[in-house]
Amino acid sequence: MSVAMKRKTVITENVEIAKDIYSMWLNAPDISREARPGQFVSLYCRDRSKLLPRPISICEINKEQGKIRLVYRIAGEGTREFAGMDAAEDMEAMGPLGNGFTLEGKKALLIGGGIGIPPMLELAKQLSCEKQIVLGYRDITFLEKEFEAYGKVYISTEDGSRGTKGNVIDAIREESLDADIIFACGPTPMLRGVKAYATEHKIKAQLSLEERMACGIGACLGCICKTKEVDHHSNVKNKRICKDGPVFYAEEVEL
Amino acid sequence: MNTSVTLAGITFKNPVTTASGTFGSGMEYGEYVDLSRLGAVTTKGVSNVPWPGNPTPRIAETYGGMLNAIGLQNPGVDVFINRDIPFLRKYDTKVIVNVVGKTTEEYCEVVERLACQDVDMLEINISCPNVKEGGIAFGQDPRCVFEITSELKKRAKQPIIMKLSPNVADIGEMARAAEAGGADALSLINTLTGMKIDIHRRAFLLANKTGGLSGPAVKPVAVRMVYQAANAVKLPIIGMGGIASAEDALEFIMAGASMVAVGTANFINPTATLEVVEGIEAYMGQYGIEDINDLIGCVK
Repeated sequence: MSVAMKRKTVITENVEIAKDIYSMWLNAPDISREARPGQFVSLYCRDRSKLLPRPISICEINKEQGKIRLVYRIAGEGTREFAGMDAAEDMEAMGPLGNGFTLEGKKALLIGGGIGIPPMLELAKQLSCEKQIVLGYRDITFLEKEFEAYGKVYISTEDGSRGTKGNVIDAIREESLDADIIFACGPTPMLRGVKAYATEHKIKAQLSLEERMACGIGACLGCICKTKEVDHHSNVKNKRICKDGPVFYAEEVEL
Repeated sequence: MNTSVTLAGITFKNPVTTASGTFGSGMEYGEYVDLSRLGAVTTKGVSNVPWPGNPTPRIAETYGGMLNAIGLQNPGVDVFINRDIPFLRKYDTKVIVNVVGKTTEEYCEVVERLACQDVDMLEINISCPNVKEGGIAFGQDPRCVFEITSELKKRAKQPIIMKLSPNVADIGEMARAAEAGGADALSLINTLTGMKIDIHRRAFLLANKTGGLSGPAVKPVAVRMVYQAANAVKLPIIGMGGIASAEDALEFIMAGASMVAVGTANFINPTATLEVVEGIEAYMGQYGIEDINDLIGCVK
């Protein structure tokens, strides 16, 4: 694999698909060639007072056209700047970064929560086994129709406006879903719930974590997660989410 | 054109190194930069035993800068000696090892373990704002600076650089204390203690509450402190604090730094160190400067 250099890419589309949720396609052949589901890219703000790159998970990869899709939420001033950009504008990006999901299993549960949903789309595309897709939202839904081509979709909303009222685990229990592999990405409380569910049902689970990052390449040690065993690189019970992750087996990490 | 500089008897091919903690032990950035192009690699702080560091979040962005509270996570001196020194020795660059501890004894232990190792200089971190004991506690009292410097100087086989904190009223006083203790060189600045509050969550951004401010926002403070330290002592100085370009680096050199370190800029641009090296050469070419040493402290 070649090194994920910082590169100029070109925005080909950037549209709001739900309130404060944007879908951006980047013409980025070098990134799309190497990218795997579950990896992320670092995007750089033009306003240099915002120093640090923003890590955004890859939602879709189109290797034929040399493009990648990012679906992101306006979470602060950096992502607000991205949301204001138009097609044909340049975007500085570095990637793909991180390890990505390992494709495995015969019957899978794909669980996405909030802005953890986008990376599950490319995973759903590339995973060839039977798929059940559980998407958890606070209220407003997005991307759910695009998942329908790849498996049965179950929805949970906190306010009960769509699907099961509650969280993704409530939906899984309500629908009595079973699987031999779980893939999950979402906020830490959700991942904690997924880990507990996977442990209880003895299902192998891959969890994609997030944390505030600086370098994105494993040097600054800003984005660590606690691990069960001593990690060979850090020599303490910490792994780097950007470099060793963001995807970990549930039993490896303490959430 | 001569870009080489000599500090404490060690000659560096150019005046550019990395700021401790921003470059690991070079492995990650070795994929982006030919480490042999750098004057030196300064490693992340090394302690006597592995340190797990602080809880997360450890990082918060601020206007033109960032706060970090990593807490000096590091694998300990044994792993460092067995893994990181051999890695760095594959490159044609000097190796400066940053040393951390919670007590004088811990600093001494690391310095003694490194005494027989193939490293060029030791940088003693008495200025980390993110650990409760040690670190900055040694760096804010001139008597402590003098004592720890002289204790380490007795044991060190390599020249020692004392890394000073900007969180003091009089940097010149600290610089003189290190010089009196026998330091071979100084480096400054470490980060400025800062804080950020998330008004929506009504909570601190960092789990550690406070963190060290770095990045372009701190550069004018750093240039001023390098100038003051350079005027207070005869020791050579490694200047750092917000350097992201050759222009930034040259300010420090003209203020009196014999070397410069690129830190936070590595996180934003993995090839920043190399761009600083090349940019300094370009500046020298542009102005017909034959020897970089002619620029050191040239602005009085």
